[in-house]
Amino acid sequence: MSWVRSHLADILIRLAAVGALLAFWWWATSQAESLYFPTPDTVFQSVWNDWLMNFSDSWRENFWPSMKRLLLGYGLAAVASVVIGVAIGRSRTFGQYVEPIIHFIRAIPPPAFLPLFLILLGIEDTQKIVLIAIGVFPPILLNTIEGVRSIDPQQFDTADVLQISTRRRVTHVILPAAAPKIFAGLRISMSIAVILMVISELSATTDGLGFRILQASRQFKYVELWAGIVVLGVVGTVLNGCLVFVERRVLRWSTV
Amino acid sequence: MSSEPIEMTHTSVTHTSDLTETTEMSEPTQPVEPAEPAGAGALLEARDVRHTYGAGTREEHVALGGISFSVDQGEFVSIVGPSGCGKTTLMRCVSGLMKPTSGTISMKGEVISAVPADLTLVFQDYSRSLYPWLRVAANVDFPLKDAGLARPEREERVAQALADVGLTGHETKYPRQLSGGMQQRVAIARALAYRPAMLLMDEPYASVDAQTRASLEDMLLDVWERRNKTVLFVTHDIDESVYLADRVLVLSNGPSRVIADIAVDIARPRDQIDTKATPEFVELRAEVARLIRDASSGAI
Repeated sequence: MSWVRSHLADILIRLAAVGALLAFWWWATSQAESLYFPTPDTVFQSVWNDWLMNFSDSWRENFWPSMKRLLLGYGLAAVASVVIGVAIGRSRTFGQYVEPIIHFIRAIPPPAFLPLFLILLGIEDTQKIVLIAIGVFPPILLNTIEGVRSIDPQQFDTADVLQISTRRRVTHVILPAAAPKIFAGLRISMSIAVILMVISELSATTDGLGFRILQASRQFKYVELWAGIVVLGVVGTVLNGCLVFVERRVLRWSTV
Repeated sequence: MSSEPIEMTHTSVTHTSDLTETTEMSEPTQPVEPAEPAGAGALLEARDVRHTYGAGTREEHVALGGISFSVDQGEFVSIVGPSGCGKTTLMRCVSGLMKPTSGTISMKGEVISAVPADLTLVFQDYSRSLYPWLRVAANVDFPLKDAGLARPEREERVAQALADVGLTGHETKYPRQLSGGMQQRVAIARALAYRPAMLLMDEPYASVDAQTRASLEDMLLDVWERRNKTVLFVTHDIDESVYLADRVLVLSNGPSRVIADIAVDIARPRDQIDTKATPEFVELRAEVARLIRDASSGAI
């Protein structure tokens, strides 16, 4: 309660900004009276009727398939990137071998892999998960490498004179020291993951959030199309919010 | 002369620069088995330690020019020398973080090749050697788990070490929430809880203000006496070196050598005001200052 009171001005400003956007949206679309640009009230009505009223269906058909792909691709890539990033950051030789390859892969726009993956990995989830993982790993990896390389050497000297084991050196020195950079990578990658999730669901799919938007468009249901976009916006915001929440907890020491 | 170059009786002043030359060729590389009688007094012994950075290159810099000294069990020895004379290089060699180009440093008769388990080092820059993501108690506890201690023992050691440095009640704070002097107390508590036979301190009080420094000096003396520690304390502050130690080793400017080994026979417990007003103290600090000045002017 006291938090609300002390942040009241902030909250009001943000609400006002959202309100202004909605007002403009409503005004512009009601002026236009276009089939392609429905007014926000009909869009939100559709969100309510088509997505929330039968949530168990839309969860099964749309949310869950998408979340599964996104979280698997993102999670696997994140774990692998941090592990490889620590290894590269600590070993100059290993870095010299691997870094050119990473920079080359990073330069390729991930959607360019989509046709190839469709041939190689089929149309099932594997292809989508791999696509997401490919796009997600470079920011996390590069940030991890940078974070590990910029650790003050005295932190390792200290670990040496205190006889800290290799395992705890990784978990208690390297990872926390690199954590601010790693989280920066995780945040960039989360938005990339959402983008690639939608792209992967726009072809050769029968479920997911992206598929639902594509379907609405094919059936000329423009209100539902807009509703799908709004839902995706909400999903992205919630995912990012979760990440920021975790980050704040993990990095609490850095802001005291 | 014998193999013990400066195992000397603590008479007032002994100049050792001539002594260091004689052991020059002693066992340059191969590890020495503990052949010499271990436990024969000296806890730590440095023999003709030399270190050259970038040997053979244009930037060749001789930091240590043959340093020999020993520290006995329970002694408080300070090393004083002008800034940039290689004190930190020496401490890195003694702690096993770095291998000297030649010469040996042995602890309890065993030559140091990696960081010995029975020794720890307190760095000058506490803000870089404390782990900012660990709370105060966790920082102090950090090395204890790897030392294989059970939880009750660890908790007891942490509590005792924090009490020794006067930080009881600050256990759950993060280092950043403490002042500089308090952070250095945490670093000292961490070293104490680890209970090494030998505590190395590399200019630990160089970056705190004068009042804090005085109280940290007294805290250290108090803990040293109560916990029966052996301390090797590096400083560039002449007053500090004399005030704290049983013995002061004076280093010359780079390439550094031990130019004097001065016994400080001033009664303990010492007092920041009274001790520093005694004629012995005044005389000793003048002696050390003169040695450093002469050594510096000779080098330039």
